[in-house]
Amino acid sequence: MIGLWTLLYKELLRFWKVGMQTILSPLVTTLLYLLIFSHVMAAHVQVYPGVGYTAFLIPGLVMMAMLQNAFANSSSSLIQSKMSGNIVFLLLPPLAYWQFFTAYVAAAIVRGLVVGLGVGLAGLWFTPVALAHPLWMVAFALAGCAMLGTLGIITALWADSYDQMATVQNFIILPLTFLSGVFYSIHSLPAFWQALSRYNPFFYLIDGFRYGFFGVSDVSPDLGLLIVGTCFLALSLATLALLKSGYKLRN
Amino acid sequence: MTPAIEISEVHKRFGNLHALRGVDLTVAQGEFFALLGPNGAGKTTLINILAGLSRATQGSSRVMGHDVVDDYRNARRALGVVPQELVYDAFFSVREMLRFQSGYFGLCKNDAWIDELLHNLGLTDKADTPTRLLSGGMKRRVLIAQALVHKPPVIVLDEPTAGVDVALRQNLWGFIRRLNRDGHTIVLTTHYLEEAETLCSRIAMLKQGQVIALDTTHNLLSAHAAIQVRLKLDPNRLPDALRPLLVAEEAGCFRLVLEDYSRLEKVLATLREANVSVDELEVSKPDLEEVFLQIMGKEVAR
Ligand SMILES: Nc1ncnc2c1ncn2[C@@H]1O[C@H](COP(=O)(O)OP(=O)(O)OP(=O)(O)O)[C@@H](O)[C@H]1O
Ligand SMILES: [Mg+2]
Repeated sequence: MIGLWTLLYKELLRFWKVGMQTILSPLVTTLLYLLIFSHVMAAHVQVYPGVGYTAFLIPGLVMMAMLQNAFANSSSSLIQSKMSGNIVFLLLPPLAYWQFFTAYVAAAIVRGLVVGLGVGLAGLWFTPVALAHPLWMVAFALAGCAMLGTLGIITALWADSYDQMATVQNFIILPLTFLSGVFYSIHSLPAFWQALSRYNPFFYLIDGFRYGFFGVSDVSPDLGLLIVGTCFLALSLATLALLKSGYKLRN
Repeated sequence: MTPAIEISEVHKRFGNLHALRGVDLTVAQGEFFALLGPNGAGKTTLINILAGLSRATQGSSRVMGHDVVDDYRNARRALGVVPQELVYDAFFSVREMLRFQSGYFGLCKNDAWIDELLHNLGLTDKADTPTRLLSGGMKRRVLIAQALVHKPPVIVLDEPTAGVDVALRQNLWGFIRRLNRDGHTIVLTTHYLEEAETLCSRIAMLKQGQVIALDTTHNLLSAHAAIQVRLKLDPNRLPDALRPLLVAEEAGCFRLVLEDYSRLEKVLATLREANVSVDELEVSKPDLEEVFLQIMGKEVAR
């Protein structure tokens, strides 16, 4: 167990030491979105009855920031270790593959929650936001960060260069987060896109997370959590299998 | 007693490249063992398999009796490896790295031993320096310290002295020798053969993925104990009878190679008969470097 704690501590220390880059900068970017979109759209859109657009936007942005940062944390840490070769420091000790997995995912969750909390608190300064079902909110936040932390591990394991890593981040993760209903409710989309959105697991994360705040959602939160939980479980099993096989780590 | 290291019938292929071709090797506990071979012979590949950094295509290995695949946790606990590549983690200081490494091995209060390691490796005043700011030789020393945090019974050093200055090299070997006297098994690779000759009691020579020589240092040296004689002659002419012994002619001197000392008498007699007198005579015993070249060369010819 000491091994797991040490690795988690190291991972936390790693992003904490470069907090400017890992916490402050995503915080500022997300707040810029909030500033611009709420300014431009607030007068025109009301998604849920009785919920202002800015208030609607905040949970979406918080979740988006959490997802992106959870992914960034595990993926960048692992790819850096792989590229620089210092991954041997983790491969030589008797760390079990599930300990390795748990530490990376836990660190990703912490980073996601820290950034998400920052965005959420700063958002309160713009407009008050209700908190109808805090437990649902927490459940979806944890599930989202864990899922993206896991995706980050898989991507970094697979990638042979920073370039491949960035490709996945920019062409898969980023569009999926943007197109999952951060800025709109999918009910406002044409039927085709609405149907397609239901195949995007990130949609359920944002929708469920929003339910935690407003008690209103496009999909029932139980179903959402079931879908998200299944995705996370499948990804975890895949990652554990990759780690156990030594895929690209113990060539 | 369980051997410290047991490697049996290990093959490793990288695509078409057959990097290890059936290596068998046993190192007993307490040995000071050298693994020698030219660049690309497969030394690092073999060490990686032992350390679990890479998997053998075929064959099995054990560290202190623990299979490196099936019982990897115990095998790794028993092993400390100094990798050949100079790797470091840019985020952390020397002490942080050593604390983390201890933690990964399940040790939490290890500061006394870490301080001793830092002291022995001349790193005490660099303890709080970020590793990225260290010189190459110092990074190498940190790697050595990292390999020793958990006091492994078996220590494998892949070219530990590459890029380390002379004074520290002496210190380092003093320290490793002490570990060996305390019962640790040491395996090292090096291209400085005089190091291997003075330190190691047994040597394996690897070439193109095969062990082509495996013996005690003493036996290797005496089996190839051809002695070399450098002669300055007057007149400067080598009798034909001695031509077959000639290996080199340099600056008016002849270099002959003799199987053993008893042949020296014959050479001198032949010279006397030919009315050639000896101006200078110098006899040298072969060192490991020559033995190494002979063994590697013989294999080429075959
Ligand atoms: N990951 C890899 N992929 C493909 N080939 C490899 C890989 N690692 C090593 N090799 C090849 O295997 C052979 C043995 O390499 P190895 O690093 O074990 O040599 P070595 O004896 O340690 O040499 P040196 O003295 O230069 O360190 C070389 O031909 C090398 O190119
Ligand atoms: Mg090597």
